[in-house]
This record gives sequence, C-alpha cells and structure tokens, in this order.
Amino acid sequence: MAGLAKSFGSGAMTNSIDEIEGADAIFVTGSNTTEAHPVIAYRVKKAKQNGSKLIVADPRKIDLVKYADLWLQQKPGTDIALLNGLMHVIIRDDLLDKKYIQKRTENFEAVEDIMEKYDPEHVAEITGVPAEDIVKAAHMYGEAERASILYAMGITQHTSGTDNVLSIACLAMLTGNVGKENAGVNPLRGQNNVQGACDLGALPNVYPGYQAVDDEEVNKKFSEAWGVELSDEVGLTVTEIFDGIEEDEVKALYVMGENPVLSDPDSNHIREALEQVEFLVVQDIFMSDTAEYADVVLPAASFAEKDGTFTNSERKVQKLDQVIEPIGESKSDWEILMELANRLGHDWDYSSASEIMDEIARVSPIYGGISYERIEEEGLQWPCPDYDHPGTKYLHKGEFSRGLGQFNPAEYIPPAEKPDEDYPYVLTTGRRLFHFHTRTMSGNSPGLEEQYSEELMEISLADAQRMEIEDGDRVLVSSRRGEVESKVTVTDRVPEGLVFMSFHFAESAANVLTNPALDPVAKIPEYKVCAVNIEKS
Amino acid sequence: MKLTINGEKLEATEGQTILEVAQENGIDIPNLCYSPELKPEGACRMCVVDIEGVADPVTACTTEVSAGMVVETETPSLKKMRKVLVELMLANHDVECLTCDKAGDCKLQDYAYRYSVKKVRFEGEKTEFKGIKDDNPFFIRDNRKCILCYKCVNLCKQVQGEASINLENRGFDTRVTTAFDLPLEEINCQFCGLCVNECPTGALMEKSALRKARNWELKKGSTICPYCGVGCELELNIDENDQIVKVTTNSDNVNRGQTCVKGKFGLDFVNSEERLTKPLIKEEGRFREASWEEALDKVADNFGRIRDEFGGDATAALSSAKCTNEENYLMQKFMRAVMGTNSVDHCARL
Amino acid sequence: MATNEENIPSYQDLDFYKSQRRLALANCGFIDPESIEDYIASDGYQALSKVLTEMKPQEVIDEVKESGLRGRGGGGFPTGMKWQFAYDASGDKKYIICNADEGDPGAFMDRGLLEGDPHSILEGMIIGGYAIGADEGYIYIRAEYPLAIKRLEKAITAAEEKGLLGEDIFGSGFNFKLQIKAGAGAFVCGEETGLMASIEGERGMPTPRPPFPANKGLWDKPSNINNVETFANIPIIIREGAASFKELGTEDSSGTKVFALTGMIENTGLAEVEMGTTMREIIFGIGGGIQDDKEFKAVQIGGPSGGCLPDEKLDLPIDYDSLIEAGAMMGSGGLVVMDENSCMVDVARFFLNFVQSESCGKCTPCREGTRRMLEILNRITQGEGEEEDLELLRTLAESVKKLSLCGLGKTAPNPVLSTLRYFEDEYEAHIKNDECPGGVCQNLLPGYIIDYEKCIGCTYCIDACPIDVVDGRLEEIHEINEEDCNACGACEPECPVDAIIQKNYIEHFPQYRHLLEEDEEEVEA
Ligand SMILES: Cc1cc2nc3c(=O)[nH]c(=O)nc-3n(C[C@H](O)[C@H](O)[C@H](O)COP(=O)(O)O)c2cc1C
Ligand code: SF4
Ligand code: SF4
Ligand code: SF4
Ligand code: FES
Repeated sequence: MAGLAKSFGSGAMTNSIDEIEGADAIFVTGSNTTEAHPVIAYRVKKAKQNGSKLIVADPRKIDLVKYADLWLQQKPGTDIALLNGLMHVIIRDDLLDKKYIQKRTENFEAVEDIMEKYDPEHVAEITGVPAEDIVKAAHMYGEAERASILYAMGITQHTSGTDNVLSIACLAMLTGNVGKENAGVNPLRGQNNVQGACDLGALPNVYPGYQAVDDEEVNKKFSEAWGVELSDEVGLTVTEIFDGIEEDEVKALYVMGENPVLSDPDSNHIREALEQVEFLVVQDIFMSDTAEYADVVLPAASFAEKDGTFTNSERKVQKLDQVIEPIGESKSDWEILMELANRLGHDWDYSSASEIMDEIARVSPIYGGISYERIEEEGLQWPCPDYDHPGTKYLHKGEFSRGLGQFNPAEYIPPAEKPDEDYPYVLTTGRRLFHFHTRTMSGNSPGLEEQYSEELMEISLADAQRMEIEDGDRVLVSSRRGEVESKVTVTDRVPEGLVFMSFHFAESAANVLTNPALDPVAKIPEYKVCAVNIEKS
Repeated sequence: MKLTINGEKLEATEGQTILEVAQENGIDIPNLCYSPELKPEGACRMCVVDIEGVADPVTACTTEVSAGMVVETETPSLKKMRKVLVELMLANHDVECLTCDKAGDCKLQDYAYRYSVKKVRFEGEKTEFKGIKDDNPFFIRDNRKCILCYKCVNLCKQVQGEASINLENRGFDTRVTTAFDLPLEEINCQFCGLCVNECPTGALMEKSALRKARNWELKKGSTICPYCGVGCELELNIDENDQIVKVTTNSDNVNRGQTCVKGKFGLDFVNSEERLTKPLIKEEGRFREASWEEALDKVADNFGRIRDEFGGDATAALSSAKCTNEENYLMQKFMRAVMGTNSVDHCARL
Repeated sequence: MATNEENIPSYQDLDFYKSQRRLALANCGFIDPESIEDYIASDGYQALSKVLTEMKPQEVIDEVKESGLRGRGGGGFPTGMKWQFAYDASGDKKYIICNADEGDPGAFMDRGLLEGDPHSILEGMIIGGYAIGADEGYIYIRAEYPLAIKRLEKAITAAEEKGLLGEDIFGSGFNFKLQIKAGAGAFVCGEETGLMASIEGERGMPTPRPPFPANKGLWDKPSNINNVETFANIPIIIREGAASFKELGTEDSSGTKVFALTGMIENTGLAEVEMGTTMREIIFGIGGGIQDDKEFKAVQIGGPSGGCLPDEKLDLPIDYDSLIEAGAMMGSGGLVVMDENSCMVDVARFFLNFVQSESCGKCTPCREGTRRMLEILNRITQGEGEEEDLELLRTLAESVKKLSLCGLGKTAPNPVLSTLRYFEDEYEAHIKNDECPGGVCQNLLPGYIIDYEKCIGCTYCIDACPIDVVDGRLEEIHEINEEDCNACGACEPECPVDAIIQKNYIEHFPQYRHLLEEDEEEVEA
C-alpha cells in the first residue's frame, strides 16, 4: 500500500476486476489466486481463453501454473531481483513506452542506473529462474498492448515488501501500463473489507480518505467536524501497539473483530502482551484465541445481521442488508461503539448505518458522492467526489493521483532470515481454498471443516525421502521463535528446501514460527520467508 | 444498428446475439442452456425464433443480429415447438414437482407452465440412472432431473477451468457424471458451486436446502460475502427461523453470478451454536455472562480511567477488515475523538 | 480353365456400364492405385502443376466457381463459394480437411475412390490448399477402411518423395503437408463441426454454426472441409476446364455423381452418372431392374436420413434440388431399392433406428425426439399403434427436423416424413387393420390355417410348431389355435399333403373357398 501510494498517489487496485478479462498479458506474482481469490482467478482463466498471455511468478507450483504460458519459479524473497531483471531486459530490448515515461512520470534516470547490473544471467543466479525465461517474460509483458499485474500478500509480506511494490510500480510505468483500461497494478485484498478499513482511517497516520493526521488543515477540518480537539501525532501500528504494551505504555486495548494471536507473527510474543495489558476488550462473533485473554467480551452481530457497506478490492463501495435479526443478544459493532462513546461523555445519535455514511461522505472526499440511495442496486467505485459522479473504473487516467508517476527503483536485499545449519528449511505461509484467515468464520462451517480440518504442511518429495517422512506423518517444525506440530503432505507443489503452511489452524499455528521482522515503511511482517527446522515427531 | 423484435424497433451493436438484444430490452426468450459466461452451446433449442425471410427457425442464443433484421419470438408455431421440447424433456424426467425442492425456482417447471404442458404426449422409456449422488457435504446430483443443458459441464470447464464433471455415453444415454463415476471429493472438484448456481432444474441442489422449505417460503436478502476482498454479492435464502438455508447469487454484480466454495457453502457459521450471544466479564480468570449495561459500563469505566490517568495514548484499538465501513469509521472516530489518540490500526497487512 | 475371350462382352457394352459417365471413377480399376507413376501417366498432377505455375489462388477459385461443382458430401453447397469464404477469412494459419468418414451404412463410394485412386484426392486437396491459403491438411478417414488408409499413406509418401507435397512444391514457394486422422467411429463425426472437434481430440459433438468453419474451424482457424468425391473432381475441372465440366449435368447441378446401388436389384455396385439422369435409368438401366421379376415399390435415396420415393417419382431427374423437393436428398449417394415385399413402415423404422442410435445427445429434439419417434414406429410395426400415433409422429418429425442443431437431427425424420407422404396407406393398414401389406412385420402377419379336407392327422405339424399351438391326435384332423399362432411358418413345409395355408390366401384362391365359408358361417352363428 505504502509503495503504490508513493509511486502513484493511491494504494488501491488501479483497475477493475472485470477489466482483467480484457488484458493481453497478465503477470501474477505473490498471489495464489485460485485459492485466495477464486473469483478473480475465473477472470484470469477467461482472459487466457480470450488469448491473453499469462506469466506466474511463485516459488510454489500453485494451481494457476497449470494455465500459465510461463512459470517463473523464483526462490522465496527474491522478488526485487526478478522484477529488476524484467526491467533490465525491457530497457535493453527497447520495450519501453518512452512517450509515456516522458510525459507522465519522473525519476526515470534512477531506474536506468539501478537496472544496469540486473542482467538476466545475474538475476538467474539470485532467483533460480532461468535467464531465458526472464527474457521471455519481459517480452511477453513488455510487448503486450494492455498488461495487468496482479499481486497479493506474497509481495507485501516481506521485510522488503514496500520495495517489492515500488518495483512493480516501476515495471508497470516503464511500459505505460498504468492509467489504461485492462492494464494496471492490482493488489488483491485478502480480507473482504481491508480496503474499506484503510479508506475509513483505521490506520494510525490518516483520517478517513487518506488525509494525514499530522496535516494542520486536515486536523482543523476534523476537529471542526467532530467538535473536539484532535491529536496531530501519528499513532501506533499493530506491531508497535504490542511492543507498547510490553513497555507498559499502552494499558488498554480494544480489539474489534480481529484475532491477532493467530494472525500476527511471533504469536508467543502476542500472547505475552495480551496477558500483560491492563484492560482488554474483545468484540467478536465467536470466542477466539484472542478473546480468551479479554476482561470483557462483547458479542457482535455478523454481516447478515446488520446494514452497512464494504469496499472491495476494486474500490467498489457495496451495500449489504440486514437479512436476519441479531443472534441472541448480539449487537452490531457500530451500535456498541456509539453506546460506549456516549458513556464517555459524547453525544452520538446515529439512527442508522446510512446516517454514518452520510457523515463519511461529508468528511472524506473520495467517498463524497456515496449514499445508500445511490448504491442500493449497484455499488460505486471511489474516487466518487460528489453525488453526480459516476465513480471511477480505473485510476490515473490522463494523470496520476499525485500528478506525475514516480519511479522508485530498489536494490535487491536478501530476506531477513536465511536458512542455516540449525534451521535449514525455508518456510513460507499462505491460505487454503477451504479456509479463511484464522478460521473464525470458516472453522464454524461444518462443510468447510469437513473438507479441510487440519493443517497439512507441504513438503517436497526429496526432502521427505531424506527425512523418511511420508504423507500424513506428523512433524515438529521449529524456528528461532517457537515450534509447532503439523501433519505433512508430500507434494511437487514445493521445491526442495521449501515448506509451506497456512496460518488457519491454532493447533499448527504457523505464526508461532514466523519472523516479526518488519518492513521499515509499511510495517508488514515477513510472513513469507523464515528459516525452520523439521523433525519427525 | 437497428432491428425489430416483436414489432419493437430496437438498437443493437454488431456482434450481439438476438438473445442478448432481447434480454437487454426486456423481451424474454426462453432459454435453458444459455449463460452470458459461456460460449453458446445451442443444445436446448428453447430459444428458437423466426426471422423474416429465413425458412426455418434459428436459435437466438447463437445467431448474431444484423441490420434491419425482423424477428418474432412467440409465434403460434414457435410456441407449439417449444411445447414439444418441454414435453420431450419431461418425458425423460422424474416429474415429482409436488415434493421437489427445486419447485418454484425451476426453469423447466416455469416453461411447462408458460407453454401449458398439461400432459406429456410422448411417454416412453427413460434413461437409466443409478440414483441420487450424495458424495460431498455441499450438494447432491440427481441425474433423473437432468435435462442435459450442459451448463454445469461448461461452467466447470470454461469458468472454473476444471473438468470435474463431464459427459458419459452418447445419444439417449448421455449423462453428466465424473470420470469413472468417482465421488466428487476424490477428483479435483473445487466445490465452487458454479454448477449448482446455474442448474435450471433440481438435478444439482444445495444439500442444506433439502426438505427445509418451499422456495416461495424463503426470504431473500442481499449481502456481500464476508470472506475475501472480491466482494461477491450474494443472496441469503432464509427460512422462518432465520436460518440460512442456501446461498444464491444473481448475475449483475462483480461476481457475475459466480461463487467460490466459501461464499457458496461456508456462510452457515452465522447460525452456529457457538456464536457469542451474551456479553462476558472475566472474574478470577473465568468468564461469566453479564448484561449489556454492566459490560459496557465496565469497558467505559476502564477506558475512561486509563485515558484520564495516563492520557489517550495509553489506549489503542485494532479495528477490523471484517467490519463494515461505518464501523471502521466509528472505531477510528471513537479512538480519535473520544480517546484522543491516533493509535488505531487493523490487520490490513496480514 | 480356359476362357473364351470372344464370349465376354467388352465392359462398355454391359448394361451396368453403358449409361454411366465415369469421371471421378475414371481411373478406378484401370491404374494401380499404389503407383504414383500410373497416376501421373494418366495425366495425374497436371492440374496441380498448372495451378502452381500458371494460376493465382483467386483464379483457381473462380475456375471452381465457374464449373458449378457442388459438395458431394450431402449438402450440395457450391464448392467455389466455400473456398472463397475460406480464402477471404483473415488468418495466417488455415486448414483444408477432407471428409472421408463415410458413415452411411451401405455406402462405399468414397471408399471406392480412396482405394481406387487416392492420388486424385491428394491432388484436389493440394489445389484446394493453394487456393484458400492453407499449408496444412487433414484427411479424416473412417477407421474401418484399413486398405484405404494404407493406400493413402503410400500415396502421401510417394507424393512427398516426388516433391508434390512438402516444401516449395514445383518451385512455386507453396508449402503443404498432409496428415491422416482415423475416425472415432461415430456417424456424427462425419458432420463437419463434429469432425473438427474429433480431430482436436474433443468429444465428436457438433457445434452451432455460425461461426462457420471458413472463419473459425479447426483449432479456431479458418478451415475448409470437403468430401472425398468433391476433391476428386477438382483435378478434372482444372485439367479439362470448368466449361467442359459444366456441360455435364443440369443447369444447377453440374458434373456427375457416384451412387452406391444396393437392395433388391439385379446389379449392385458403384455407378457414376451424369446429374439429371432419371432414377428409372439408374434402377432399370444400370441396375438391371428388380430381382426375381418382383414389383418395384420404393427407393431410399440419400442414406439413412434420405427419403423413400415411390414409383411415380421414378422419372425424376436426379439433382440436388429436385430431390429435396420430393422429400429425399442427394446425401452421399446411397440408393437402396425396395421391392413389393418391403414394408415401408418397417423401412422407416430401420433407418430411424440407425440415426437414433447415432445421435450424439447434444440437442434435445434429436436426442429425445428421435427416441420417441422410434418408440411410436416400434408400436406400429408391432400392431400396437393407435390412431393418434400418426399425428404425434408428424408433430415430432416436424419438430425434430426444424429444431435440431446439426444435419443429423435435421434430416433424421426424412424417412418417416417421406414414407408418411407416399405410403400413408401402409401406416393405416398397420394401425387400423392390423395388417402389414409388405408381409414383413411379424406381429401383423396373418396366421396359418389347416385345410380340414386335406389333413391326414400325421402330427408332423405339432412337432414343428415352436410354441405348441397346434392341437390334434394321430389320424384325426388337426387344428391351429389362430389366436396364438405367431405366423412363423415353421409348420407349413413339414406338412406332407400341403394342408397348411396362410390365412390371407383363402380369399384369393377358389380352392380354399370352403374354408372361407366356414369362417363366415361361424361369424353368422
Ligand atoms: C450426421 C452427418 C454425417 C455426415 N457424414 C459425412 C460423411 O461421412 N462424409 C462427408 O463427406 N460428409 C458428411 N456429412 C456432411 C458434412 O457435414 C459436410 O457437409 C461435408 O463434408 C462438406 O463437404 P462438401 O461440401 O464437399 O459436400 C455429414 C453430415 C451430417 C449431418
Ligand atoms: S462445484 Fe465447481 S468444480 Fe465442482 S463440479 Fe461444480 S463447477 Fe466443477
Ligand atoms: S445437471 Fe443441471 S446444469 Fe447440468 S446438464 Fe443437467 S440440468 Fe443442466
Ligand atoms: S442433431 Fe443430434 S447429432 Fe446433431 S447435435 Fe443434436 S443431438 Fe447431436
Ligand atoms: S438457449 Fe439457445 S439453444 Fe439453449
């Protein structure tokens, strides 16, 4: 996110989901699309049938590889090298969109400088991808009229996550693929309202609509709108909050609909923090590993029991209706929050979710034209500044949100943790088709549970044979931070030396193992690479 | 370009089929094998229409419009032929509409009504089947109700990219099944439900909906899938006890009538017994139920106390990528305006 | 054994050959089909050389158009026009396909050509490839024709060796390669879209047209598909000129057509005649008339989904359009002749049974409708027909014809419709009078009766009857239980005194009068 905003002025998917079908080339990297975003995968497959070329970069032989024209099986954590290699070839073989670079971007010189040394042979050494495939991919992508890049957490969840994204932005701008229909740079959002949570200011540095908290004008505007004095100091991020608790600076924590014990890296550290915090309130629809630590647990109504809006990956604000009465005594989160605010001396009197949206429209320009009336039938894509605006199908048409697109090329830096004698394997984490996140929802769906009820760590045949491990055996996986047990499946989806686990299951909580080393800018932990040891248990 | 359908002068663009133009203009041409997501199959033949100057009827789903075309969609002879088609399908169908869970939402039934099929004139032998296939937790397959529109097979192949279900045998003995008749769980079925969503008859049905309620008794509410960031629009079908009986979807949205296994079959957690139904307060390491009054007071007291004692920055909140925009807005407003801190974040990055 | 050469008439004088006009078949039987030299010696590959050295593709197409050649695979679509579509279609890759699937039961005209003169087909295809801009061709051939496949393979190798196939043919810069693909064994794989699906390795199921093969054919590339005989005519047209080809035949159907004569006719075999020849000339001239001097009843023309024409149509000149008019079709050129002892309902049932079982199952009318039609015909031939059945049959036949997706379904009802049109009385006889006029339908055959004046009570008939419906004691008069007799006729030849007579003879022959009177008396009493 941080990366795209820096390059383009906005961190969201530049284009719409439907537009994928019209691309001439699609480059999927760091996204196991068929399992994490199946419906987007349908569009990719359709594009393929329509004649588009498909390049998949992934250390694992994910399902999408089956449909790919080219599979770049890179070593985990070598994304920048790979991207730089592609850019090197694009510059070398003159596949640039020079007019576009000149008219719409800045800082191109930096790209030329850095890419110089990333010739295919050098990159092949770092990434393990054959040099000729790098050349082929560069041509496939570079020669396409409309080339679209899709990526997800496989790109961002690294210490170099921001640089990864910046490099992707460079690649797209070099070839003039931003601000164009059916092309673009498209981060796929993992959870259904990540986009909305960001848009609405659930971030320590911005108010709703990405308005900086330390900007005087903005501060004034919100102070007036809400009728209170507001702090202009950037707040703490998730990881900083937990550190703050340890340092006794944060004493009260409110967790609404999240389960950091399973979803955050280095779970043991999180558990300690939750144990320590003076007051913890957790608001959720199910009891969770996190709620176990709470002083007060508040029962929330589920998505089916309330009105509201979600904003999807393509920036579309969509309405959901209350379909059933709240279960038991549960209440919607917004009602709970309002009651608390009023107990603390405020005077909120929203009578419906729709009224809240009207307030959002007033204070957040990108949502300026959104109202329940307008999105009753079909959602609207932001930016939608006023009530006559039809919404925005793709961003940066004619001009970037920040004016000129900015090239911010990066050098390749190896992952924070490398396999060594004690921890000889690389663990990478991700999702499975039948489950979602920490299974708060999917784990309570009997059919989904039946399909996939425990973790099966993926391991290559070569590694399995060496350790005399067979399908279904249990192993002990350990890292510098902890250890978990898991069953294994022996598969050709992972290459030798790499193992894969999902973070869905408490019993085999992958995040006990993962490295909390953060990307310095986006503060995203390195979920995708950590060194582990494996023993038969 | 301009053309005429049923006397109405209409606008169309080159490359559109007669069926597409008709649908755009609210003219309902019967169809069973058509789906906007698929290459036209031309199998059911229900969409036949007459074109002025063309001797035999043509299928509207496969015929592209041309300028000045004059089309009739519901002439007496077309009606007669469609009636024959419906009768032919019914003659080889397990007609048990009285108890069928698809009744009320079944296109075959609708067309039988529309073309006044009271009695099937061509009774005869039926294709032999081995009975209902119940081999997974999500849906059943009943070949005796299948009218061989091939939508399921084509969706599986063309949209999902799998060939989990396919055709076996030829001619009158054709049937839809899996390779070697294996259970769906043993082949590469993704349980996306694409096939179930579009089956026009009771041949593919959600297991959760069997013997629960007649279709017309179900209340439908529109929602957005709570799982991934695609934001599929879904319809919750609710019975009188507020239980989600099945999840359906229609086509004019981001997912275009398509689903994945989580949205289609994984929303039953809403009615789970495990849901939290009362506020809980921890005392001496154990949770006890509490009233909202007590619980909210306790939260407000503690947050107020800590704010007043240590300053707003001693409080923090994790908002949620699963809550609505409005709730995220209120959470950050709560932290900023009420608690006086910007320490609000969520697990966006995870 | 020594033969007396003088007594053998020259082949041209035989009735069978006298009225034929052998053009496509000209080489068959006269050259060694496995020798490319033989073919070349009889002017083979001259046309190809002319095309490649002297003509532009458009000129070739114009020449074919000019000749008036129409597709010999059944549809009768003008070949030149088809080539033009494929030529006009844009695409860097195009295919030319020869349809040698010949799935009609009893048809063997394509086989005759494939086995007798394979090079003529190759030459036609290469010319076609040059004309439309294809550099690759497929011959989709029935797997049950191993000899034809072998000869084609040999021919291809020989042509390659001679530089007539492959790169830069005749130094013209034109490249063309040919592959053979053995058929999947289903009749419907002969339908062009089904055939292409089959080459692609898919289920041989037809797909809707448009898109037409000329625009989106094999592997979605522009393709042209023609029948074996169509291709065989191409070298002749190029060599002899369109004008001389057009002189043959009728205004709208030029050239010749090969027919496969079968059925109750004296001479069976392949006959090539000019278009416009009458059916009478073919059946009574070339075919030598009906076997055993029986009466002609009908001729099924056009294969299993052709139509049955009665004697009043015998003077119809054979061409594409008049056949359609009469309710039949050219099809691939099958002619099955039926004599007085045929039952037209049973004939319709027989052909429908074939197409029904060959339905691919894709579209509703053909898959379900032909089955219901067959069930009705089964009922009628078993004597269980109802009066409404004829109406139902007509309704179904019309619907299947109008609604089906591909040619198989569209033509499947033809035998039923044409017999209903010309022989409705036979249907009625079955339904109303429980009678099969042709004497074919077992359940409707009149049973046997014993002439009490002749019976000597030998009991032979009791022993012969497989279902034990004859009663009688030794040396007493025997009797057949008429109700139960299924008319198998097993007893009749066993009777030493010819006392067993089929019931329907009684009224025709005076010597059985006494049996008739008795019948009537019984009725009066
Ligand atoms: C069911 C069915 C079977 C067919 N079988 C054959 C066949 O065996 N041989 C053939 O040449 N054409 C066959 N055809 C016709 C082809 O579809 C196509 O019209 C023909 O190959 C075109 O060649 P032509 O233009 O040279 O006639 C068949 C058509 C149908 C509907
Ligand atoms: S559920 Fe999806 S994958 Fe399974 S058979 Fe149906 S369409 Fe195919
Ligand atoms: S199962 Fe349903 S969708 Fe599939 S072919 Fe049969 S009727 Fe059509
Ligand atoms: S008409 Fe018959 S053979 Fe042709 S597509 Fe339909 S079912 Fe298949
Ligand atoms: S909808 Fe056109 S043939 Fe089925």
